[in-house]
Amino acid sequence: MGLTGIQIFKLLPKTNCGECGVPTCLAFAMNLASGKAELEKCPYVSEEAKEKLNTESAPPIRPLMIGPVKVGGETVLFRHEKTFVNPPGFAVLVSTGEDDASIAGKIERFKKSQYDRVGLKLKADMFAIKDTTGDGAKMCAIAKSVSSETGAALIFISDSVDVLTMAVDSFKEKKPLLHAATPANVEALGNLAKAANCPVAVKGDGSLDSVVALTEKLTALGVKDIVIDTGSRELKKAFEEQVTIRRAALKDRYRPLGFPTLIMANEMADGLMEEALVAATFVAKYGAVIVLSDIQPHVIFPLLLDRLNIYTDPQRPMTAEQGIYPINNPDENSPVLVTCNFSLTYFIVSGEIESSRVPSWLCVQDTEGLSVMTAWAAGKFSGESVGTFINKCGIKDKVKHKNLIIPGYAAGISGELEEELGAGWSILVGPREASQIPKFLKNWKA
Amino acid sequence: MTFQPSKQVYSGKIREVTLGAGSKAVTIGGKTVYSFHSFEGAMPNPPRIAMEVWDKDPSSEWPEAAKAPFSDVLGDPAAWARKCVGEYGAEILVIQTKSADPNGDNRPAGEVADVVKKIVDAVDVPVIVWGVANHDKDVEVMRLVTEKCSGRRIGVSPVEEGDYKQIGAACLGYKQVVFASSPIDVNLAKQLNILLGNLGVSTDDLIIDPTTGGLGYGLEYTHSVMERIEQAALTQEDDKLQQPIIANVANETWKCKEANLSDADAPELGDAAKRAVLMEAITAVDLLVAGADLVVMRHPEAVNLVRSYISKMM
Repeated sequence: MGLTGIQIFKLLPKTNCGECGVPTCLAFAMNLASGKAELEKCPYVSEEAKEKLNTESAPPIRPLMIGPVKVGGETVLFRHEKTFVNPPGFAVLVSTGEDDASIAGKIERFKKSQYDRVGLKLKADMFAIKDTTGDGAKMCAIAKSVSSETGAALIFISDSVDVLTMAVDSFKEKKPLLHAATPANVEALGNLAKAANCPVAVKGDGSLDSVVALTEKLTALGVKDIVIDTGSRELKKAFEEQVTIRRAALKDRYRPLGFPTLIMANEMADGLMEEALVAATFVAKYGAVIVLSDIQPHVIFPLLLDRLNIYTDPQRPMTAEQGIYPINNPDENSPVLVTCNFSLTYFIVSGEIESSRVPSWLCVQDTEGLSVMTAWAAGKFSGESVGTFINKCGIKDKVKHKNLIIPGYAAGISGELEEELGAGWSILVGPREASQIPKFLKNWKA
Repeated sequence: MTFQPSKQVYSGKIREVTLGAGSKAVTIGGKTVYSFHSFEGAMPNPPRIAMEVWDKDPSSEWPEAAKAPFSDVLGDPAAWARKCVGEYGAEILVIQTKSADPNGDNRPAGEVADVVKKIVDAVDVPVIVWGVANHDKDVEVMRLVTEKCSGRRIGVSPVEEGDYKQIGAACLGYKQVVFASSPIDVNLAKQLNILLGNLGVSTDDLIIDPTTGGLGYGLEYTHSVMERIEQAALTQEDDKLQQPIIANVANETWKCKEANLSDADAPELGDAAKRAVLMEAITAVDLLVAGADLVVMRHPEAVNLVRSYISKMM
């Protein structure tokens, strides 16, 4: 990742022995640079070169697992430069001092706040359990019910290594995040995390120097999976830090800051609505774990949409699955519309049909995520392809009439499409803009 | 810190554009760094919020949550405008000329312009007049609006490739501000700015509208196009893109299906009003972070949330 093939070549034995599987050291170096080969394949590489190459080729921001949730591993500052890869985990805070009903309410809302969207499941990911009473047993009891009821990843927050040790003893196989290592406990907590193979968060005093001191200490102890909490709780300062950390990790490949970051949105705002705006800020700018004081569907849903949007791969359009979508309970006399499978097209067209309240069948054809005009221009939304899809998808068995509505921008395919569909079928050219669909459908007659 | 991370090198500056006239005029833009990066350079003017007023009663199109704060004024745009300024502290207004839509009410241009004039006269804050993105109709309406509002330095949007000559010329003639609108593409945004420049529109009178996608409905495209415009303007010395950016958040958010579902329609999505308010506020925050200098908003609670957010980030 960091080094070019030529730079790597200089570190190799240059004997061209061929034992790695390619004839020359230069070819092997090129393969290493492009990630196609492993350094272990070379039996003669020096220890010094090995160490140098291993550090250089490690990802600039360490990817790690907190329970089932992967965080970190980002490689760009701006999503358009490539893509953001691992969406930040949304964590809900509960504390050992909180009453049971309140905790049960959060668990219940956590379970209910799950949403399907274009084949994806949108949901919060974690519970952060905070020790406010020094009661390790209570912490474990809460973790047990949270974990068995939701399967959520766990974050244990405590100043006390004893309390965290109890939590680790019971839950280490769940790979919880331990929060937090401070100058007072870094050694003990580092050793605990290392022995249990759990990720550990450092908590700075609001300066990046303090963070660096802690991550360097943990690294020296042999701890690899580290999460950064700078300790700052002021929005503006936290924003600056997140930008600085991401830049240092990517531009300078500065290892002590090359870790995913944690944001305590719950401590940075007044109330859940404001917390949501803090969370949205750090969805866009580099948070990897975002802790909220509570979970309410009207708050988490917009945040999940925001996260979905920001973490969508700009190089690969989101797509809806090819198939027949019944909208507003259609029957055999309801209109049939066809469109492409670019997710935005699907959302907007299905939304307009829904708001028209006219029962309809929407047939979505796989155009590899291209919009109607682009797909049509690329020959992926032609009379032939649409015809084949309509003939095979099964819509003909669902309706008694023989009318098909096509997008206004694809008017040109109607002749060819009519031929493909065969006797009796007539093609209606629909509107060009989705916003006109309700009006169109209300006037439609089979 | 012993370690000093490499600095972002900035070589450009976003131009300042002033909207409105008199003591309530508002200047936006002027950044020499990415939005809210004041730790490494100047961001002299905070991003601003413009509140939306429709020129027709929107009752049949708006969900309860959006109507409630304006229930006493929805049928009277001038009173609505005064309420936004007086009660909700709006510093800028956007008038949506929805009544002009040929696919809707199709009210004649003369009548539309008269209502706009009444609204503009009812307030002393800057006003942006937003058309219906139908070239012929917008040209007709904006020609009258720019003339009637002469001296107020209003903003006119959207000015698109298909109507920039006519609307751009009208803005030039009456010294109004042009909002150059292009479909979520950095090159098209640049091209339109060049065309407007050739027409004679000064960079002092030009704001970019890169088109806004709603939350869950393409927000990421707008987010990235804004970041790309900012990068080009501030770090690649792209002179043609060094203009402030507007995001039309209100109209796009409140069109989204999930902002319109009631408690009964979608119990799994929680409180309908708070959900819609947050959808609007989160969209605004995301685009402010991406580079917007001006966001158009509808709900007073969302406006308050974002106003307080901006003050914390400045």
